[in-house]
Amino acid sequence: MAADMRLPTIRKTVSLTVSSHDRKDLVVPGDVITSDTGFMRGHGTYVDDDKLTASVAGEVQRVDKLICVRPLKTRYNGEVGDVVVGRITEVQQKRWKVETNSRLDSVLLLSSVNLPGGELRRRSAEDELTMREYLQEGDLISAEVQSVFSDGALSLHTRSLKYGKLGQGVLVQLSPSLIKRQKTHFHNLPCGASVILGNNGFVWLYPTPGQQEEEAGGFYTSLEPVSLSDREVISRLRNCLLALAAHKVLLYDTSVLYCYESSLQHQVKDILKPEVMEEIVMLTQQKLLEQEG
Amino acid sequence: MAGLELLSDQGYRLDGRKATELRKVQARMGVFAQADGSAYLEQGNTKALAVVYGPHEMRGSRSRTLHDRAVINCQYSMATFSTAERKRRPHGDRKSTEMSLHLKQTFEAAVMTQLYPRSQIDIYVKILQSDGGNYSVCVNAATLAVIDAGIPMRDYVCACTVGFVDETPLADLCFAEESGGVSSLALALLPRGGQIALLQMDARLHQDHLETLIEAAMTACKGVSKVLDEVVRQHLQERSVLSGE
Repeated sequence: MAADMRLPTIRKTVSLTVSSHDRKDLVVPGDVITSDTGFMRGHGTYVDDDKLTASVAGEVQRVDKLICVRPLKTRYNGEVGDVVVGRITEVQQKRWKVETNSRLDSVLLLSSVNLPGGELRRRSAEDELTMREYLQEGDLISAEVQSVFSDGALSLHTRSLKYGKLGQGVLVQLSPSLIKRQKTHFHNLPCGASVILGNNGFVWLYPTPGQQEEEAGGFYTSLEPVSLSDREVISRLRNCLLALAAHKVLLYDTSVLYCYESSLQHQVKDILKPEVMEEIVMLTQQKLLEQEG
Repeated sequence: MAGLELLSDQGYRLDGRKATELRKVQARMGVFAQADGSAYLEQGNTKALAVVYGPHEMRGSRSRTLHDRAVINCQYSMATFSTAERKRRPHGDRKSTEMSLHLKQTFEAAVMTQLYPRSQIDIYVKILQSDGGNYSVCVNAATLAVIDAGIPMRDYVCACTVGFVDETPLADLCFAEESGGVSSLALALLPRGGQIALLQMDARLHQDHLETLIEAAMTACKGVSKVLDEVVRQHLQERSVLSGE
């Protein structure tokens, strides 16, 4: 088998233009933002001797009297209504624990899932005992954030047929800040695969399903073999997502699709080569600009 | 001490530095994609990698969960090839366990753990090449990694070792000086407020000299903090330019 090997290349130095140099809104931990006491303390700041001080390295944001510092990179901060993709880590009494790249594991209550047999089904003690049959440790699910607890943990629900257990597909873990917030995060791409862009940075790629199984309540997973062409499309999409993420391009259906189209002239495995990556992302950005303007 | 002259009559040390001069510090943030935060730091010939995961749900022993703040979990290890004589165990021996504890204490003083109740922050530090001042290099590398992970801290934590030779404090000792029987002191400082996060001294020293030694250590730490500050600001600007496109 032919392997492609290369020496580590010199990192490209980012050219810092004059305007970006000495930006006043970039702070590091311990920097005093203001000593004026009229401001409110937001995330990423603390008060030390009546001085508002930054506690993370990032950008200062001011909304009226509220000052926050937004770090470059953090874990996912959930908001109600977000679509997330997560992995079951634990089955407890009446609840599942779900890893969602958040500060604490999220909770999926037995009462907030659709069990097989319709919406109006009563939950019995038996359901509690057979929870592991629906979802067990290691399973992937898509869900929506129902509420946020005071300690920052999320409560999820899957009370809609579009959410539920995920079957065959590929999970890509990216930074949550790269996912663009949109009306819908479920997309059936015209290239033959579907994608769930979780707000928590977990992206699920899967073959577009044929017809919905209404009765299974989202716990049905197809174990039919996926055709080679579908798998190729999915791998290509995965590599495209990684390329876009490496160049910090916001992810939404259009950008993913344009990137997929730009990558068609290359082989799937070549997309991850840095020079090909750069070329594809450049083409994508051009297309996006044309579409906007 | 026979043979080794740690401070020459002209005021130069073994490696040609002045008494208060630090070794060259080079650092890079965000070296791994998988971890939440990571950093690589060289201080002279001592090289360390630090990786931070978290804050995340408590893993392993649930019983250690704290309901009002996050638990900091540190692990210090030395690569088997880091010393002149090959090490048998990279971590888990008494020295590393002690070092892990010191790191934990240092970062509990600086990280705002009360913001993340019931969670855990993992800090893993590995020495790739050891040439004295392992503790301080680890602290400096871990500080950068914590900042890279976006975890709130009161201030940078900067650490430095100082030794006392011929009535003169020597800043940032290298291995030859450390093993030359100098009474040395390690200090971790929150530079802006001047609060001491950790102070450790295993050697004998006259009480009268302690104050000058601490004073010298604080100056050295502030020197380190300037370098780290530059690294962080540079990193911030590069990243914000990239994402601003």
